[in-house]
Amino acid sequence: MQRSTIAELSRQLRGGSVTSRALVERYLAAIEALDGSINAFITVCGEQALAAADAADELLQSGQAGPLTGVPLAHKDIFCTTDAPTTCGSRMLEGYVSPFDATAVERLRAAGAVLVGKTNMDEFAMGSSTETSYFGPTGNPWDLNRSPGGSSGGSAAAVAAGMIPAGTGTDTGGSIRQPAALAGVTGFKPTYGRVSRYGMVAFASSLDQAGTLTLTAEDAAILMEAMAGFDPRDSTCADLPVPAYTDALNTSLAGKRIGVPKEFFDAGLDSDNEQCVREAIAVFEEQGATVVEVSLPNLHLSVPAYYIVAPAECSSNLSRFDGVRFGHRHEEVTDLESFYKLTRKEGFGPEVKRRIITGAYVLSAGYYDAYYLKAQQVRQLISEDFKRCFAEVDLLAGPTTPTPAFLLGEKMDDPVQMYLNDIYTIGVNLAGLPGISVPCGLVRGLPVGLQLIGPQFGESAVLNCAHIYQQQTQWHDLVPAISASGSDGDSR
Amino acid sequence: MALSKKDIQQIAHLARIEVSDDEIADYVDKLSQIIGLVDQLQQVNTTDVVPMAHPSDMYQRLRDDEVSEVNQRELFQRNASAVTDGLYRVPKVLD
Amino acid sequence: MSWETVIGLEIHAQLATRSKIFSGASTAYGAEPNTQACAVDLGYPGVLPVLNAEAVRLAVRFGLAIGASISERSVFARKNYFYPDLPKGYQISQYELPIVVGGSIRIGLDDGGEKHVAVTRAHLEEDAGKSVHENFDGESGIDLNRAGTPLLEIVSEPELSSAVEAVAYMRTVHQLVRYLGICDGNMQEGSFRCDANVSIRQVGDEQLGTRTELKNLNSFRFIERAINYEIERQIDVIEDGGEVVQETRLYDSDRHETRPMRSKEDANDYRYFPDPDLLPVVLDSNYIETQRAALPELPEARQQRFVQSFGLSRKDAAVLTGSRETADYYEGLVEYLKGEHKLAANWVNGELAAALNRDSTGISEARVTPKLLAGLLQRIVDGTISGKIAKEVFEAIWQGEGEADDIIESRGLRQISDSGELETIIDQVLANNPSQVEQYRGGAHKVLGFLVGQVMKATGGKANPGQVNELLRTKL
Repeated sequence: MQRSTIAELSRQLRGGSVTSRALVERYLAAIEALDGSINAFITVCGEQALAAADAADELLQSGQAGPLTGVPLAHKDIFCTTDAPTTCGSRMLEGYVSPFDATAVERLRAAGAVLVGKTNMDEFAMGSSTETSYFGPTGNPWDLNRSPGGSSGGSAAAVAAGMIPAGTGTDTGGSIRQPAALAGVTGFKPTYGRVSRYGMVAFASSLDQAGTLTLTAEDAAILMEAMAGFDPRDSTCADLPVPAYTDALNTSLAGKRIGVPKEFFDAGLDSDNEQCVREAIAVFEEQGATVVEVSLPNLHLSVPAYYIVAPAECSSNLSRFDGVRFGHRHEEVTDLESFYKLTRKEGFGPEVKRRIITGAYVLSAGYYDAYYLKAQQVRQLISEDFKRCFAEVDLLAGPTTPTPAFLLGEKMDDPVQMYLNDIYTIGVNLAGLPGISVPCGLVRGLPVGLQLIGPQFGESAVLNCAHIYQQQTQWHDLVPAISASGSDGDSR
Repeated sequence: MALSKKDIQQIAHLARIEVSDDEIADYVDKLSQIIGLVDQLQQVNTTDVVPMAHPSDMYQRLRDDEVSEVNQRELFQRNASAVTDGLYRVPKVLD
Repeated sequence: MSWETVIGLEIHAQLATRSKIFSGASTAYGAEPNTQACAVDLGYPGVLPVLNAEAVRLAVRFGLAIGASISERSVFARKNYFYPDLPKGYQISQYELPIVVGGSIRIGLDDGGEKHVAVTRAHLEEDAGKSVHENFDGESGIDLNRAGTPLLEIVSEPELSSAVEAVAYMRTVHQLVRYLGICDGNMQEGSFRCDANVSIRQVGDEQLGTRTELKNLNSFRFIERAINYEIERQIDVIEDGGEVVQETRLYDSDRHETRPMRSKEDANDYRYFPDPDLLPVVLDSNYIETQRAALPELPEARQQRFVQSFGLSRKDAAVLTGSRETADYYEGLVEYLKGEHKLAANWVNGELAAALNRDSTGISEARVTPKLLAGLLQRIVDGTISGKIAKEVFEAIWQGEGEADDIIESRGLRQISDSGELETIIDQVLANNPSQVEQYRGGAHKVLGFLVGQVMKATGGKANPGQVNELLRTKL
């Protein structure tokens, strides 16, 4: 079996050359064959998926199908679903079934997509390797000893290995783009406020944004057209019309200005990675774009600013996990304080607890101004840097990560090293911008990602540019060692 | 800046997380590294910089005052392991 | 040593919205536990708050009524602490940028003077749920129906100097919020409650003493008693050489004492920060001016107008304007009774108030409507019935027997104004009481009263006492 894009599957489904049931069966078989070694899924909902596929097939027969009708899909296990547990990769929510669907889930469901499973993730999306999951780490299909990145590592690995054509993800500091880069798939994070956060278990509310992990930018555009848009249940969701992203995919890049921030090419960037990214940028020039060097002088402050803002928000967001109304509960104590402390000690893993405590610390009396307020000011500086750039250029281009996939366990005992892996992605979240990572080469047999960044609500330009790149290159077609096709280096 | 065991215990208490004696050294070590990382910001001159609480520069939208929710107690309480007479049970709350 | 007291109040007024401040669940009181707590109120993973426009409008209304400035930009913040009645582990409140800033409340003092109490701020926040301790065998039960009910927290400056002043302030705010229709003021249901910050200092000291915060003050009587208890306690502590500890204390109305709240012992680091799920609330001047134009006449102005336009005493006017409903009733009544303002006031504050009180009825629901009462009072004014008979007729109207005229007619209560009829009765009385007639004629004029009484008795109270008096004198 070859990997297929949503666009292809959609054509086949509507053309009647394949049924949704057949597709679901095929992907379930791939999961069955591969996931024992990859561990990309926390939950696989085969029976429900087949039932939904049958319903989709009826719709397809009746000619009322949309572009996603019958297309198998996986959700990162941070999206609330009523028909499958939502664990957030945590013992705290083991077996938890949400009483409601997330807006993104609801919309994709309404568009006809068939939920096949829920993918593995760093616990509560806190991590860059999918190793902090209570349900065990996910392996990178390119090298099972390596991490697929994180926190949306499950979706990235599942798409890379052909266990699912596309998956959703969330990106708080790079959690879609970084695993996309490390697993060799396309990871798209829209502008903050473009996709409703309702029903997405919150990590850091001012940074979290839902997006997609797909084989192509075109697939990201197709999914975004279903997911994006105003939701009255999310006060931070933008009340703006959603452009027809797929219509803009083939717009010529002639005359476009692409900025290359010099800070993206610092000493931390692997030289082979740099080579791939430079070559990718040259493709844009061939397509008629003008490439100019720009500067994000405060970029180096994005990691420290992020590691104040994100933990502060997470420490508060995760206070609701107290063992009373849902989730893990410590049963043996009779005093309230021990009840809370033991419930939370047992329910949360080490990285989540570190972040909660860090967050409580930076907000606590006497430290608020020095940490939290300072970080908000630095956030402003970083955001202004981006705004200055976008006054000059249409898009920014650079690496997604400093290096290809690292070994599982390599950074687990050194949180700061793990955090610094997100140096090129975090600023985008602080400023609330759209960004994408597309495969742009192999380094030592591992994929690397090119990152494209747009101004707020400039998703169309980002997807357009990524799509044009993918029309000119085949990096996104490279198939990893462990995949449904079973061979290395094949085209999909 | 290095954190002390006492700092950790205090903050962990605020965050209601039990930190046992055999875990504390690891917390001290890793959290001190993290605080060391974020302490870089202290060098930045941010005079007159307006703090940015949010990436969105939009305003709060207001909802009409309408009752739109129905009673779903039974559904919600399926996730709760200790319920009596519709009330969530917790260890005794002191005034 | 001579001590003075400094008190600041934090009043929590539940805003009269249909749905909660951040969710579409009902705010109705008294439902079965947890049946009015939706996913948002329960703090379910993935839920988000959306602000209720009406809560904002009601807060603005209050701010405008006290002459405060309305913030064009206000921000919601999270107040973080763990407590079982607080489902998210934080309360959404306002901290650095509240919606209402400044303003003042004028209170009347016992000596007839007045005092302006400055309001620091009033901010929007969500209420918490409730813990139930009965029948739980060492555990507590949590009901989150109240969680998310909108509150306006009205914070005064520490400018009140006695428990009596604190109560006067609280009553004035209570009257105001009901006038504005922003809170039902029901203290039993907890719709209107307060915390008091109490400290003492030596007379003449500039610096404030260490304060304690008293919680759970849910009646005017308890506020006064709790504050007085606390003042005495603080004086005792200091005079015994101790120091007042800054703490939160709970008033126990059964034992009439305050005691430290154990649950608040370490809750002083709330780690406030702007709520990233909510954006700044921005109100333009157009909105604010529209709300200003929609303000009703406020109690103080209305009281003034009642004194000036209706010639009422300050005291009568104060009672009549005590609630908006009472003042509306009174104005409705005098519409029908031009010129009889005092009579109308006496009846509203007297007979009507007593009947409402007896039957625990609100004036808006009174069966004796302004029109019905006016019909009755008209008959006093035109001499058809006496004031005494009128009370009987009032009672009959109250019982639903119809209009005054019908009752007067059917019960034959019309005053005997025909002097021929009355003379016959007087002659009869004089004939039946020869010795009293003898005494009067002998100069003992005091017996006239007795004779008048006999005539009134014989007429069943329907005679006009003045007329009886005059006729008797003539005959004697």
